[in-house]
Amino acid sequence: MSTAGFNSQNGTGTGQTYTNGPSQNPVALQQPSGVGYSVNHQPAYNQMQAKVLAPPGPALYPSGPYQPVPPGPQVGSYPPAPAQPLLPRPQIGVLPSHTPPQSASPGPGPWPAQATPPAQATPPPPAVTSTGYYTGPPAWQYAAPRGPAPNHVNPAAAAPPLMSHSSTQPPGPGAPPTSIHGYTQLGSAPPPMNPLPPHTYQPNRPAYGPPPTMKPTAPPAGPPGTTGTPPPPKADAQCWGAASSARPPAEPDTQEGDVECPGDVAGNGPQAPNSYNHVDNRMAGAAPPGPPGRHLGHYPSLPPGYQNTSAPPPSSLHPALQAATQPYTQGPLPYQQQPGGPGPSPGPAPAQLSPSMAAMSLQSSTPEALRVVNLLQERNLLPPAPVPAPTPCLTQDLQKLNCSPEVFRCTLTSIPQTQSVLNKAKLPLGLLLHPFKDLSLPVVTSSTIVRCRSCRTYINPFVSFLDQRRWKCNLCYRVNDVPEEFMYNPVSRSYGEPHKRPEVQNATIEFIAPSEYMLRPPQPAVYLFVLDVSHNAVETGYLSVFCQSLLDNINALPGDSRTKVGFITFDSTIHFYNLQEGLSQPQMLIVSDIEDIFLPTPDSLLVNLNECKELVQDLLKSLPNLFEKTMETQSALGSALQAAFKLLSPTGGRMSVFQTQLPNLGVGALQSREDPNQRASAKDVQHLSPATDFYKKLALDCSGQQVAVDLFLLSAQYCDLATLGCISRYSAGSVYYYPSYHHQHNPAQVERFQRDLKRYLTRKIGFEAVMRIRCTKGLSIHTFHGNFFVRSTDLLSLPNVNPDAGFAVQMSIEENLDDMQVVSFQAALLYTSSKGERRIRVHTMCLPVVSSLSDVFAGADVQAITGLLACMAVDRSVTSSLSDARDAMTNAAIDSLSSYRQSALTIQQPGLLAPACLRLFPLYILALLKQKAFRTGTSTRLDERVFAMYQLKYQPLAFAMLMIHPALYRLDDLSDEGALNIGEQTIPQPRVLQLSVEKLSREGAFLLDAGLVMYLWIGRNCHQNFLSQVLGVSSYAAVPEKLYLLPELDTAESQRTRAFVSWLRDQRPFFPSLHIIRDESQLKPHFLQNMIEDRTESALSYYEFLLHLQQQISK
Amino acid sequence: MAFTFAAFCYMLALLLTAALIFFAIWHIIAFDELKTDYKNPIDQCNTLNPTIEKVKKIKRVKIAIKLVLPEYLIHFFFCVMFLCAAEWLTLFLNLPLLAYHVWRYTSRPVMSCPGLYDPTTIMNADILAYCQKEGWCKLAFYLLSFFYYLYGMIYVLVSS
Repeated sequence: MSTAGFNSQNGTGTGQTYTNGPSQNPVALQQPSGVGYSVNHQPAYNQMQAKVLAPPGPALYPSGPYQPVPPGPQVGSYPPAPAQPLLPRPQIGVLPSHTPPQSASPGPGPWPAQATPPAQATPPPPAVTSTGYYTGPPAWQYAAPRGPAPNHVNPAAAAPPLMSHSSTQPPGPGAPPTSIHGYTQLGSAPPPMNPLPPHTYQPNRPAYGPPPTMKPTAPPAGPPGTTGTPPPPKADAQCWGAASSARPPAEPDTQEGDVECPGDVAGNGPQAPNSYNHVDNRMAGAAPPGPPGRHLGHYPSLPPGYQNTSAPPPSSLHPALQAATQPYTQGPLPYQQQPGGPGPSPGPAPAQLSPSMAAMSLQSSTPEALRVVNLLQERNLLPPAPVPAPTPCLTQDLQKLNCSPEVFRCTLTSIPQTQSVLNKAKLPLGLLLHPFKDLSLPVVTSSTIVRCRSCRTYINPFVSFLDQRRWKCNLCYRVNDVPEEFMYNPVSRSYGEPHKRPEVQNATIEFIAPSEYMLRPPQPAVYLFVLDVSHNAVETGYLSVFCQSLLDNINALPGDSRTKVGFITFDSTIHFYNLQEGLSQPQMLIVSDIEDIFLPTPDSLLVNLNECKELVQDLLKSLPNLFEKTMETQSALGSALQAAFKLLSPTGGRMSVFQTQLPNLGVGALQSREDPNQRASAKDVQHLSPATDFYKKLALDCSGQQVAVDLFLLSAQYCDLATLGCISRYSAGSVYYYPSYHHQHNPAQVERFQRDLKRYLTRKIGFEAVMRIRCTKGLSIHTFHGNFFVRSTDLLSLPNVNPDAGFAVQMSIEENLDDMQVVSFQAALLYTSSKGERRIRVHTMCLPVVSSLSDVFAGADVQAITGLLACMAVDRSVTSSLSDARDAMTNAAIDSLSSYRQSALTIQQPGLLAPACLRLFPLYILALLKQKAFRTGTSTRLDERVFAMYQLKYQPLAFAMLMIHPALYRLDDLSDEGALNIGEQTIPQPRVLQLSVEKLSREGAFLLDAGLVMYLWIGRNCHQNFLSQVLGVSSYAAVPEKLYLLPELDTAESQRTRAFVSWLRDQRPFFPSLHIIRDESQLKPHFLQNMIEDRTESALSYYEFLLHLQQQISK
Repeated sequence: MAFTFAAFCYMLALLLTAALIFFAIWHIIAFDELKTDYKNPIDQCNTLNPTIEKVKKIKRVKIAIKLVLPEYLIHFFFCVMFLCAAEWLTLFLNLPLLAYHVWRYTSRPVMSCPGLYDPTTIMNADILAYCQKEGWCKLAFYLLSFFYYLYGMIYVLVSS
């Protein structure tokens, strides 16, 4: 999601991985991986750190990842480790787990105090944080304030063992950054990072600047400690105190875990909970602290890496994303602030922080997540910053290794032990995945990929090593042998440490697959463009935009020397283009027999891009003119698709279809089913299911031949997306929809189309992919959501996979999960890269199992639940009816809240009670009911509704959430307070406002960010200053009726506003168009429709909805 | 003891029910295979649905009659036979299944060819479980009716 991420993918990111790819440079690989990870991952807990780090900026996070790697930390960590375990250990109920992050956060606090150069500073912070974690515990407790820095430093010194790492770390901040850069990806990532930290941290903001770059060097000296952190320390101290108190409980747990491995050192005990931990412990036991540092420490060391990395990533992310990543920090912040009132108010004093921190973590959260909230009384529930993903209450060791919530998220971060508990909770259990997200990952090349022999699970960080030669699968519990090759650790170049291999250290990893994973030689990248050139299409003028975009990006198409391209245009006939090498100009071949389509010259229609680039360019230049005068109004889309399928079926590849009207000729012809008079009907919406199965069957054929179809629909009229969309949905393509596209009348759409095309053409792509999702025995997959074809109970067939696709999975519990402390989920994506390499990307997530209902509630992830419910509701409205789906969503809220009231709540009070973690649930449900996909009573075109449904199913959670619950910001009083610094830019961070007209004021200007579209609403009495400095107009009346661009004025206000808007845009893979509207604009109703908390003539206000829920619950 | 039309109906129904039992078993096995991953849903739906294979060029429509539709037709056929033979009780016992078949076929997903199962939704756990349950229920029903027809046949033969 983060821009950085994107870049990395398309450009260097992959490149590096490739280069590194070969195991030969294991070290290098690993490090990168660490970095990559961190970016994505950043476990929530780190966030605090991240924030702190943030000031330092890019440097920080790179360094962070690195440092973790170094064994050094581990060594240090070891002692701490025990302490840590305690913290994490705390089961749900216990606060401690969070504390660690908090502690980290405190670290940041100090920094701010110190004045440091932003860029450099970062490196140190990571170090600090990492050390803090591991070594930390003891140190922290005692000398919390300085603790982190000193510790950190020390570890670094110790760290040297790792070659590369050590080198980087010692240098201090400066050095780390460099290392990061080496990784490549990191470099890009860092910038984003910076922004985040500030963002999250706003409170601390002031401290910001200083984060002494010096630290890097100084760290050992403990400048950090001395440096101001004072306030933070306090916070830490408190936290730690909590942690320490928590310890006792934790220990017992650990002991239990230890039972398995009695041999373990006592110190390690805490970590023990997980089997693999045991292994480590053992190792530790065997090896005294010194050496262990590296090896034993191995686990710990990784975590640091994670931490560091993780912290940065959040920064890079969207607010929304950040939220996901930053659970810790943000969560707490919002809470605190709310009580405070002002919300984002500048950095809470250290003292303030501490309480918040305590509340923060889920684990610790038991208190916080389960804090009873009376929804009828507390109005300002919306956190000022994006909502973070909750953190599973796992031991810190496990959590450090866990998969990033951006990639893999579960609706319940604590898995109920039995189906009956799940049924009682009335919450959906499922996973939300973004498996092919742009990431920089560690890449492993190995002739044997270690997998479980019975369930074929890939080895992952959550397996347990019984001894050096055997490991136990964490999904099926089979004991497997460790292959000889796996005994050698390419990262440390040592033998006999299978548990330190990158596969066992990273929850997200990529393998370069050997030939057993190929059914045929990897296919080349093949792109076929199918263009509508009927009169209607030419009228819209999309052709020239498309041709120009492709011309501009023709060298950026992912691929290698084998890349092929082809073009087909169609109206009532099908036109092929012979681009055979040697021709002086492209040759158009017209096939008018659309009933029985054939390929005129099968060999020369798809040509090698490199060999025939000039012909292709000629064609693209002439294409827009070729059909300028056409009067053909019919469209034989079905036949064109069949022809394109024939052309692609020998190789597989990607088919991009551009369509501007309802296909009305030949096979697959459709009739208009929409009755415009029924658009606003409150009755059931008809025609949400396909009118014919022609497109679905063709999609299945395509899927079988590894062809994916992406559909671009540009039309003012009804196009029956419900039917046409099937072609993409079942072939794992994507759907883009530009209603009312016109090159002159709708410049906003044109710009959106251009930007989307650029991203579409240049983004990473995987061919002939399959994704399998495995889960621990006892859990099973119920239903999949997204664009794909389900080939068997756990296998998705994805002819193409792209980095912008999200998936959702509903799960059920088939057997009781007794005796299990954790369960794991593994998503493995096997694909062919555009360079013709077969690769496997593996994500593994580990979650705790709980038996009590209140623990289940404490672990609920409200955003994930909303996302999954939206997917289920889309299915329901297609198979049953829209009103059914709406009722089901309302019932979901009623059932879960009443179940909470009856089963989990000990004290009965009047009012509508919800646990704090679900306090936004009714709001999100109401938002869904008012979403374009599900609303009734408001005029909604059928295509737009269907498109909204596709988006809910297809978009990764972070973006889907924006489409469900838009973000509202006030823009006329932007200030640099709490702003993010990215590169040289300063991105202001206004707080997120509630979606209610009461929050608007005539004196202000407000930006509504609804994912695919943004509205900038200008109040009637808007400050003159804003009008002139940002919009460049003299008065309110002079604001043009249609304005899509913020003028580039050389004023501070203008720069701030533009920086903020472009920052929002950069974080997503699609381009939201911006509409600047006045109070009397035609678009005002669209703007107001997003005011979810308000009453409309056909829908309840938020308060009324709550009353309705309460009424139903008390029945 | 005379060989009446009713007796003939029962004998025929007996034989056809044996075939239906075979179909039901086949149905159960097919879905079980699907659930346990041996078959690709596209293949599965092609064998479960009567597929109309368009043989190119010759444009000959070859109808590969497979399970679902034949089962419904056979059942409908001997219901009509019982109607003609005025075996009211037997007919009455079969009416619910007949009605179910009609409902099931009219509520099938949008398809251009005859058939009940959509390969894109069949892997949904709910649908899969429903289909399996349906298979078992039908097997039980056909087994019971098999013995009922046997009894009915003998009864008719003896009583007349």
